[in-house]
Amino acid sequence: MGWKVKANDRAYHQLPEFQKKVFLCIKKSRYSGNAIKTYKYNALTFIPLNLYEQFKRVANVYFLALLILQIIPDITTLPWYTTLIPLVVVLGITAIKDLVDDLARHRMDKEINNRKTEVLLDGRFESAKWRDVQVGDVVRLKKNDFIPADILMLSSSNPNSLCYVETAELDGFDPLTLNCVGLTGLIECEEPNNRLDKFIGTMLWNRERYPLDLDNMLLRGCKIRNTDVCHGLVIFAGADTKIMKNGGKTRFKRTKIDELMNYMVYTIFALLVLVAAGLAIGHTFWYDQIGAKAWYLFDGKGYSASHRGFLSFWGYIIVLNTMVPISLYVSVEVIRLGQSKFINWDLQMYYADKDTPAKARTTTLNEQLGQIEYIFSDKTGTLTQNIMQFKKCTIAGRSLVRIAGSKSDLFPPVDWSWNRYADKMFQFMDHSLVATVRSGKDKDAMEFFKLLSLCHTVMVDEDMVYQAASPDEGALVTAARNFGYVFLNRTQDTITIQEGDKENSYEMLALLDFNSDRKRMSIILRFPDGRIRLYCKGADTVIYERLSAESKHTKSTQTALDIFANETLRTLCLCYKDISAGEYEAWERRHKEAQVVLADRDAALDRVYEDIEKNLMLIGATAIEDKLQDGVPETIAKLAKADIKIWVLTGDKKETAENIGYSCSLLTDDMQIHYGEDVKVQPQSNRPGKRKPADPFFTQTGKNALIITGGWLNEILYEKKKKRRRLRLRRLGRRLPPSSPQDGQPMNDWEKEQRQVDFVDMACECEAVICCRVTPKQKANVVSLVKKYKKAVTLSIGDGANDVNMIKTADIGVGISGQEGMQAVMSSDYAFAQFRYLERLLLVHGRWSYIRMCKFLRFFFFKNFAFTLVHFWFSFFSGYSSQVNWFITLYNLCYSSLPVLLVGLLDQDVNDKLSLRFPKLYLPGQQGSLFNYKNFFISLFHGIFVSLIIFFIPYGAFLQTMGQDGEAPSDYQSFAVVTASSLIFIVNLQISLDTSYWTFVNCFAVLGSIAIYFGIMFDIHSAGIHVIFPAYFTFTGAASNALRQPYLWLTIVLTVGISLLPVICIQFLSKTIWPSVGDQVQRNRKKYEADLEREEREKAPAFQRGRRSRRSGYAFSHSQGYADLISSGRSIRRKPTGRAGLQQSIREVPHAENI
Amino acid sequence: MQKKENQEVENRPDNTAFTQQRLPAWQPILSAGIVIPLFVLVGLAFIGIGVALFVTSRNLHVLEMDYTGVEKTSPCFSCSDPIKQKNCKCSLSFELDKLFEGPVFFYYGLTNYFQNQRAYGVSKDYNQLSGDLDYFTFFFSIVPDSTCKPYRYDVNNKPIVPCGSLANSMFNDTFNLYQMKNGVKEEVPLDGKGISWWTDYNIKYRNPSVNPLRNAFNGTVKPLYWSKPAYELDPTDTANNGFINQDFLVWMRRSALPNFRKLYRRITDGLPAGNYSLEISYNYPVIAFDGKKKVAFSNVSWMGGKNEFLGIAYLVIGSLCLVMSVVMLIIYHWRNSSPDAN
Repeated sequence: MGWKVKANDRAYHQLPEFQKKVFLCIKKSRYSGNAIKTYKYNALTFIPLNLYEQFKRVANVYFLALLILQIIPDITTLPWYTTLIPLVVVLGITAIKDLVDDLARHRMDKEINNRKTEVLLDGRFESAKWRDVQVGDVVRLKKNDFIPADILMLSSSNPNSLCYVETAELDGFDPLTLNCVGLTGLIECEEPNNRLDKFIGTMLWNRERYPLDLDNMLLRGCKIRNTDVCHGLVIFAGADTKIMKNGGKTRFKRTKIDELMNYMVYTIFALLVLVAAGLAIGHTFWYDQIGAKAWYLFDGKGYSASHRGFLSFWGYIIVLNTMVPISLYVSVEVIRLGQSKFINWDLQMYYADKDTPAKARTTTLNEQLGQIEYIFSDKTGTLTQNIMQFKKCTIAGRSLVRIAGSKSDLFPPVDWSWNRYADKMFQFMDHSLVATVRSGKDKDAMEFFKLLSLCHTVMVDEDMVYQAASPDEGALVTAARNFGYVFLNRTQDTITIQEGDKENSYEMLALLDFNSDRKRMSIILRFPDGRIRLYCKGADTVIYERLSAESKHTKSTQTALDIFANETLRTLCLCYKDISAGEYEAWERRHKEAQVVLADRDAALDRVYEDIEKNLMLIGATAIEDKLQDGVPETIAKLAKADIKIWVLTGDKKETAENIGYSCSLLTDDMQIHYGEDVKVQPQSNRPGKRKPADPFFTQTGKNALIITGGWLNEILYEKKKKRRRLRLRRLGRRLPPSSPQDGQPMNDWEKEQRQVDFVDMACECEAVICCRVTPKQKANVVSLVKKYKKAVTLSIGDGANDVNMIKTADIGVGISGQEGMQAVMSSDYAFAQFRYLERLLLVHGRWSYIRMCKFLRFFFFKNFAFTLVHFWFSFFSGYSSQVNWFITLYNLCYSSLPVLLVGLLDQDVNDKLSLRFPKLYLPGQQGSLFNYKNFFISLFHGIFVSLIIFFIPYGAFLQTMGQDGEAPSDYQSFAVVTASSLIFIVNLQISLDTSYWTFVNCFAVLGSIAIYFGIMFDIHSAGIHVIFPAYFTFTGAASNALRQPYLWLTIVLTVGISLLPVICIQFLSKTIWPSVGDQVQRNRKKYEADLEREEREKAPAFQRGRRSRRSGYAFSHSQGYADLISSGRSIRRKPTGRAGLQQSIREVPHAENI
Repeated sequence: MQKKENQEVENRPDNTAFTQQRLPAWQPILSAGIVIPLFVLVGLAFIGIGVALFVTSRNLHVLEMDYTGVEKTSPCFSCSDPIKQKNCKCSLSFELDKLFEGPVFFYYGLTNYFQNQRAYGVSKDYNQLSGDLDYFTFFFSIVPDSTCKPYRYDVNNKPIVPCGSLANSMFNDTFNLYQMKNGVKEEVPLDGKGISWWTDYNIKYRNPSVNPLRNAFNGTVKPLYWSKPAYELDPTDTANNGFINQDFLVWMRRSALPNFRKLYRRITDGLPAGNYSLEISYNYPVIAFDGKKKVAFSNVSWMGGKNEFLGIAYLVIGSLCLVMSVVMLIIYHWRNSSPDAN
C-alpha cells in the first residue's frame, strides 16, 4: 500500500485504513510514534522474562532438572538445597547484571525520548519532546541539533541550499526549499527499511509531483552542522527510522574457546552418564550379592536389584553433578567482564587528542583476541589519517624542500601571517621557498603555484572552505593558497584567483577531467591577456611520455621524484603547454564532436584529450604525504612478527594501495610481489582436483605478497558471472532453472568452491595481501572465505560504513572511533581511536586474556574432577551409595572459586612491555595450545590422580586405626573432614603453583579461602548451630574432634605432598627440557626488564628510514573530479571528502547489479 | 549517539596500579634454585616423619581375634545362629606373653558391614535424638522423620523411638573379660565411660528432660530388633540410658568404611601377661551377609593406634623426593651444559 505521509495532519495517520492489528482486536496506527524503547524489561516483566531468558541456557536447565530429580524421594541423594543455592546464586548474579544493563537502557531511552525539538503546531513552532513528534510533523532544527527522526528536508538557511550533517555516510542534502508553514503535501514512499543508502518517494504538492531520493533525507541520529536552521518533515519516526531498523540485530559471536568449552561440557556430561551408569551397575551387583542379604539395610520397599540400580543411576547423576560445573559459565562471564574493563581502563589505549578511551563493546570475546591469525584492515582512515599534506616540491629541477616535517623544533614552521587567506593548519618548513615565491622573481615557482591554484576541480563556498574530490587536490590547492595563489571562486567557465595583490579571472575553455586510465587532468585557460595555455598535472609515468623534447629539467626532476617516492610521498608532475588560437579552435571542434558522440563517448573523448595533451613542458613535481597514523609501520611489523597475517582491503587503486603497503611496512623490499592478474590460479577448471593441497603456489623461496583487485576477485570466484546470469534470467521473466547437467551450473558450485579454496590457499601463503578496489560486500566475502576455509580466527578493523560488513563478518570486529561516523564503531566489538592500539589489544590484552582464560578453565575442570571423583572412589567402599553434605554446596562457591577467579582476572606471565617486546609469545594463542582436548584430558587425569590420592591415602591411614584417645577416628564424618581439608589445601596450593603473578589480592584470596573453609567448617560443626537446626547440621564436633589429632594432620600433609610434588617435578622438568618462548622470557624476566628500561632511557632520537626501491606514485587516488558538475553548471553539491573508498564502492554496487 | 554526548566529558581512565594492571606483584618461577632444594628438604622432612611414625607404630600392640564362629572349630560356632539361640554365650581364650601397657582399648569390629550406606545412614530422626518430645508421637505421618522407614511405626502406628535402621541395627553383643589367675577367673574391670565423642554425648544427643526417663517413652515402642527399650539399655547406671547411652552413641557414629572397629571399653591399667578368657554374649547376626565379628585390644600413642601405612608412605615419598631431586639436578645440568640450550 506504500507509505503515505501527509504534512501537518496528525489525524490523517490515525485513519482506519492505516491501522494494523496488534493483539486480537486492538488496533493501532501503523505509524510508530517517535518514542523509542530499547529496554527489555519493566518492573512487572523483569522476573518472568529474565528467568525465561536464563533458562534458555542449557546449563541452567540442566540444574533445574537436577533440582527436580532431587525432590523425588526415591532418587534424591542430596538435600535439595545443595543445588538450589548455587542455582539461585548463579541466576541472581546474572539477573543483577541484566538488571543493571537494562536500567542503563531505561535511562538512555528516557533521556533520548525527552530531548527537545521544535515542532510546527497550529502555525507556530513550539518546543516539544522527541517522544511527542509524529509522522507528518514539520520540525525545525538548529545547528548542532540531533535529528529526531528520519525527515524530509524542506528548507535550509545555508546559501548553497545545503545542509551539512555530521556523519560520513549521510551527508550531502538537497532541501526542496519549500515554504513549510501551511504545507499540506502528501508524500508517498517506500515502507520503512534498514537500507541507509536508499530512499525513493514522491511528493505531491500543488498538484505537482516532486521526486524524492536519499539526498533529500536527514536520518535520525545525525547531527546538524554548519547550518543554522533547517526545516523538515517527519517521514519515519521512532522504531521505523532507518537507524532503529538497522540496530540491534547483530550476529551473536562466540569464541573458539566457547565452542571448545561447550564440547567439553558435553564430554563431561557423557563421562558423567557413563560413570553414573557404571556405578549403578555396580550397585545392582552389590545389592544382589551383599545388600539384599544385609538385614540391617532392609528398607521395606521390596525393589529388585535392577530397580535399585536404576534409582541409584539418577542418584549418582545428582551427586556427581559437580563434574558439570554450574559456576563455570557465570565465572567465565565474570572474568570476561573484568578483562573488558581492563581494556576500557587502559591508559595506553586512550587517545588524549580526542578524549577517546578504548572500549570493549562486546564483553564475551576477549580471549579470542589472543588467537588472531588474520587481520583484515581497511586502509583509509584506519592505516592512514586520510589527511594529505603538501610536503615537498621540485621546481624547474631544483628540489626546494630539504627538510622533512619532523624536525619542527629546529626550524620553526613558516609564519603565514602575511597572507590573510592562509590556512593556519598548513605547516611548511622551507622558508627559502616561501621567500622565493614572495619575491616574485622566480618565474618557474610562480608558474608552479599558479598551476596548482588553477588546475583542479575543487569547489569553494562563501567561507573560503574548499571542497575537493580527493584530499590530494585539496592539499595542493591549499598549498597554493598559502603561497599566495589563492583560488577564490569559479563559475561555469571562469576561475578567479588572487595572485599576490591582484585578482585575476581566467576563462576556462575546457576541463579535461581525471579518470583512472588517464591518470592526469588538464585545464585549458584563456589568460586575461588572451594567451591560451593548457595546464596539466598527473602521474609521472603518463606525463613523461607526453613531454616535449625541449622540456628541460627532466633528469633532475626524475631524481627528485625518486627521492620523494623513497620517502613514500605521493608525487605528481606538473606541466604546461601554450596553445595557439588556431590550434585550439581545431581541437575544440573535435572536442565538441566527441561530446555528442552516442556510442562510446568516453573513449572518443579520451582520444581527443590525448591529441592536445602532448608536447608538454615540465614545470616540476609535488610531493604529498598521505599521513599514516602514528605508529602504523611499527605496529604492522610487530604483528607480522607474531605471525599474524595482515590483509589490507581498500577501495583505493592498486598503485596507491601498494604505495601505502610499502610505507606502512606491510610490504618490504625482500618480498616478491605478485599481482592477481599475473597469477593463474588455475588455467583449467579441472586442475584443482589434481593438485595436492600441500603444494605451495609460489615455488620461489622467500616472502610473497599478493596484490589483487576487486574485479579480479569477482572473476576468479565466479561471482559476477553468476549474478549476471541470474539477472539476465530474471529479466527474461524466467526463474533460475533447477540445476541441469548441460547447464553448466552444477559444475559451477563445485568449481566455485574449488576456486575459492585455491584462492584462499594461495593468498594465505603470502605474508601480506592487498585487495584494492573492493566493495564492502567483497570485503566481507574475503573475510568469510578465510574464515570458512582456513578455520582461522579473523579480525577486521575499519572506521567507516563500508567496513561494517567486514567487521560484522569477522570473528572480531574493531572499529576506529573518534572519527566521523559511528557506523563502524556501532557494529564493532572493540573500538579505539588509533590503529596502533591494535598491537596492545592483541599482544597484551588478547594474550593475557587468552592465557588467563585457559588457566582458569584448565584449573576449573581439574578442581571439579578432583572433587567429584573422590566420591567415585568412595562408592566402591560404600556399596555404591552416594552421600555428601554441605561441603558440596560450598566447595564451588566459597572454598575454591576466588583464587582461580583472580588468576582469571589478574594473572600475567610476563608484563605488558615484555609481551610487546617478544611478539613470539603470541604464538601459543594462535595454535590454541593452551587449551584444547589434550589439556582437557590432562586436567581430567590430573583430577583423577588427585582424587585417587585424596581418597586412598586417608583410606590407608584410616583402615583399622584409632585415635590418640582410643576412639576410632575412622568414622564417616572424620573421614569426610580429612578428605575435604586435604582437597581444600591441594586445590588452593595448586592454584598458588599456577599463579605466576602474585599480588596481595591473590595471597589474600588463597589464605582467605582456606580460612573461610575452616571458619565455615567449624561453624557448621559447632554445637550452637546443631542446637538450632538439629536435623540439618549433623556434623557436630566432627571438625574439632578430627583436627586435634596429629595423626590426621599428618595424613593431610602427606596427601597434599603426594598431590603437589609430582606436579612441581613435571613442570620443572618440562620447562628445563622443552622450554617454551614464554618460559625463557619468564626466566630472564629481570634481565629483559632491565634491558627495556635502559633502552627507554637511551632511546635514540634519530629516526631512520630504510632504503626503499623507487615506486612511482601519483596523487589522484580517488574518484573522478567534479568536471561534470562544473561544466554543467548545476548547483554545486558537496561530495564527501573523506570517504572516497565508500563513494566508489557505493557506486560500484548498483553497477554490478545492472550488468 | 550516546557516544557523542559523552565526548565533552573527560573520558580519561584512571591511572591506578589496579586499572593499569600494574599491581605490585611477586612473580615466582619454578627455578632450579627453588625446586631442587625444596625436594631435598621435603624428602628429608618426610623421611623424618616416616621414621617417627614407623617406630611409634612398631611399639604399639594390637591383638585381634575373630569370634564369628564360621568354622566348626571356632568357640562360637554353636552360637553363630542367633535366631535360634538368644543370648548364646561363648568364650574366647587367649594368652599374653608380656604386659599389655595401659590404657588398653577394647574394640569390637565388623567386616563387610556397610554402615556407610546412604539410605541406612540417614535413617534416623535427629530431632527425636536431641530429645524433642514432639517427635516421640505419631503426628499425621510427619514425625518421626520419613527417613526412618521402615522402622518408623509399629503395626499399631505407634512411633518407634529411637526410629530408623541405624538405631534398629545397634550392635548388641556384650563382652566380659576374665583373667585366669591360677585357674581362678578374675574379672578385668572394663571402663565404659567417655568412650563416645564429647560432642555427641553433650550436644548432639540428648534425653528428653522428663523424670523418670521412661515416662518420656510412653506411647512409643522400642526398636524392632532391640531386646530392651532405650531407657533400660544400661541397668547398672541410670545415667547411661536413653540416647546418651555410650554404646548407643558409639554405634550411631557411622563408620566410613565397610570394615571397621568401634570402641567398646577402656582398660585403664593395662593387661598383665597371662591367660585371659573373653566371655561373649552372642546376639548379633552377621553370617547372613558374610560379615565377620572381631574383638581387638590395642594401646595407642600420640599418633593413635597401630598403623604402619602412614609411616611407610612417608618413607617412600620422602625417598622418592630425594631421588627426584638428584634426577632433576642431573637433567638441569645436562640441559644447561648442552650447546642447544637457549
